Amino acid sequence: MPWRRLAIIAFIIGPILALLAFGFTRDARYITSPLIAKFATPFTITLFDGRKLTLDDLRGKAVFLNFWASWCPPCRAEARDLEAAWQKLKDKNMVFLGIALQDTDQNALEFLKEFNVTYLNGKDEAGKIAVDYGTWGIPESFFIDPQGRITYKHVGAIRAALVMAKLEEAAKGIVSAQEGRGDYQPIR
Amino acid sequence: MIAALGHTSILLAFLAALVGIASPLIAARFEPERFRAVARYSIFGQFALVTLAAAALIYGLIATDFSIKYVAFNTTRATPIYYRVTGLWGALEGSLLLWEWILIIFAGIVAWVYRKRHHEMMPWVVMIFSIVSAFFLGVIGFLSNPFETVSPIPLDGRGLNPLLEDANMMTHPPLLYTGFVGLTVPFAFAMAALIVGKVDEAWITTTRRWTIIAWFFLTAGNLVGAWWSYHVLGWGGYWAWDPVENAAFMPWLPATAFLHSVQVQERRRMLKVWNLSLIIVAFSLTIFGTFLTRSGIISSIHAFSSGPVGGFFLGFLAFVLLGSFGLLAYRADMLKEQPELDSMVSRESALLLNNIVLVSALFTIFLGTIFPLLSEAVAGVQVSVGAPYFNSVTVPLFLFLVFLMGVGPIIAWRRASWDNLKRSFLCPAIAALLLGLGLFAWKIRDFLPILGFTLMAFVAFTIIYDTALALRARKRIAGEGIIRGLVTLTRRNQRRYGGFIVHLGVVLIMMGIAGSMSYSLEKEATLALKQNLQIGNYRIQFEGLKGSQQPTHFRVEGAFRVIHNGNDEGIMSPALKFFPIQQSPVGRAVHQSSLGEDIYLILSGFSELDRNQATLKVLVRPLVIWMWIGGFVIAFGTLICILPMKTTQLSDT
Repeated sequence: MPWRRLAIIAFIIGPILALLAFGFTRDARYITSPLIAKFATPFTITLFDGRKLTLDDLRGKAVFLNFWASWCPPCRAEARDLEAAWQKLKDKNMVFLGIALQDTDQNALEFLKEFNVTYLNGKDEAGKIAVDYGTWGIPESFFIDPQGRITYKHVGAIRAALVMAKLEEAAKGIVSAQEGRGDYQPIR
Repeated sequence: MIAALGHTSILLAFLAALVGIASPLIAARFEPERFRAVARYSIFGQFALVTLAAAALIYGLIATDFSIKYVAFNTTRATPIYYRVTGLWGALEGSLLLWEWILIIFAGIVAWVYRKRHHEMMPWVVMIFSIVSAFFLGVIGFLSNPFETVSPIPLDGRGLNPLLEDANMMTHPPLLYTGFVGLTVPFAFAMAALIVGKVDEAWITTTRRWTIIAWFFLTAGNLVGAWWSYHVLGWGGYWAWDPVENAAFMPWLPATAFLHSVQVQERRRMLKVWNLSLIIVAFSLTIFGTFLTRSGIISSIHAFSSGPVGGFFLGFLAFVLLGSFGLLAYRADMLKEQPELDSMVSRESALLLNNIVLVSALFTIFLGTIFPLLSEAVAGVQVSVGAPYFNSVTVPLFLFLVFLMGVGPIIAWRRASWDNLKRSFLCPAIAALLLGLGLFAWKIRDFLPILGFTLMAFVAFTIIYDTALALRARKRIAGEGIIRGLVTLTRRNQRRYGGFIVHLGVVLIMMGIAGSMSYSLEKEATLALKQNLQIGNYRIQFEGLKGSQQPTHFRVEGAFRVIHNGNDEGIMSPALKFFPIQQSPVGRAVHQSSLGEDIYLILSGFSELDRNQATLKVLVRPLVIWMWIGGFVIAFGTLICILPMKTTQLSDT
């Protein structure tokens, strides 16, 4: 039995197979954001009530920025949590802003009505805001500190407790080391 | 009822496959002839049952039997019949059934054609086929069942992915799968030869035609994929080095090497280990390719949804690799004896270099494809590897390959003397250099394109020159004219002249690639009504938008008048298709081809508020049509290689 040859074969093929097996342990679609600890890109958004809002208007407050769409199941799953978190935090120096992506006005407004959402919401008309923030799966949530820097990003549905915890950190200017993950829907 | 019928057929076929696996082991101990028949019948049985299952699924698709989950997820009542049929391979479960069906058709033909020959090898060939078949049947029967039922029965289905609603859906997957599966034939014979210990030329001579056929389908499948990407997807490109595209291309490289390298074993009994390794690698890469598409470990636009299937494919891949190379190692002593290479300047060394170059290309493409995985495993860093890497490593290798294509078919065996070389290559080389200088003088100044075109011309000229010399000899000897002479030459040496034609086809494809890669023009602008866009020799004028409701989508077309060198070439209408289930529209680009270049129009966007405005992207891509022409030339050349032409036909043993 040519053991040496078999050993050489195993030594070459083995690591390749192990590498492929490693592939199962990670999510191939996940893209780490380079925006954490950087200044949030300014944008102007038209809110559903007709007003125009820019990111600069929110300077001095901690901002919870949430990208969503009415056709995305994880967004539906987190909607009540977000509204609950807002109710608890609305008297503090914090702002919740929701941005609807790739959605129609009618569907978006129906979504907001269904979940009794009271915080500010607008629509990303040209898709430019989503591109600037590198959204690749919704819902995506960004936490911005009062100076305008992104302290935390969470891809996927987020629970109320985490929202409140991360916003407290953002208010203090603490940048998170790692991104968070939840259930998400990739966008096309 | 159909679901039950289909699922039961698959399970029965799985049992038949198990019998096929056991048969040679039984035959070795008991009466060989009866058990050889059992092996054959297990293949025929699998064939009948799998065909029944495939027919059941196709029937379910055509009849929109929504009790079957697969049908409900891949068709709607409104889907035209031909797209319902292509639904068979539109998603994971069905595509596995297609693969298995093609596999068992090949196995059936092989089992029938060789039923009276290769008595020692055939049971093992059947066993190998049955192992692969059993794997796929096992996955289809137990893990990824296309006959799963859904209750309550939905009123209408979800529909085929809109991107797949295209005529190419009828050709690209079947062609590619036939190419992949076709490589199982030489692989099975190679393994049988190793098991039985008959590692000389018999298995190669037998499988020669099969390898050429598989190679042809692989080439055609890849080309049609490139055509689909170019013609339909609307980005103006034909190859993106996407991981799944690479997975379809990678088996082609060792398959091409194998196709050429076996000649050396046939003539000189050399390169035995090379040939066995090449076919093992080629077959393993087909399994790797289907693993990559279905495992979710690398993100790709081609990927099917991932599931538990991925792990089993990896397991099977491990089994194939370790089993085949293990077998090779076991028989290595038998393969050691071979003649030495006589000279570095000879056909043998050219073919050896051919192997090395193709394997190098394979290695670099494989590395680039799994690099994201490697980088994350080793360094925790996420990277993506794209066209710049692949182009920079493959271009030099393929240019060298073109050079070998010119030298290889003509150079002498064993040792090419200086006289040989002068006689065969001096005139074509000079002609090619003159052409290169001419191109330089005309307007091509960049190094790589000039080198590429000169080498391609060299290949063409060597072929033409050699054929001309042979025709002159025919004229002298038998007084035959050009046509008669060509027919006689081809009849007497099919492989040589068929090969020449295929090489010419490859040169045409590379010409198209070189032209479009190096000299494409691109421009994007938002145009108001009657506004113009200037690009190269073209002036494009926006004439208006038009919306219309189609059976499955809403279509917005932009009318653009194309004026080329002052001549009005008419209106071209790129469109955007809005499907109800998709959030963003699917683009439908249009292009006009000529021998020199293609003009390619993409409707990037339009404003819902202002109907008199559209965003247009224009591409001018030189020489692209030669890629498709080259494909047809390759098809013709392949036919010449394999069609039986002699009046007295010798059998293939």
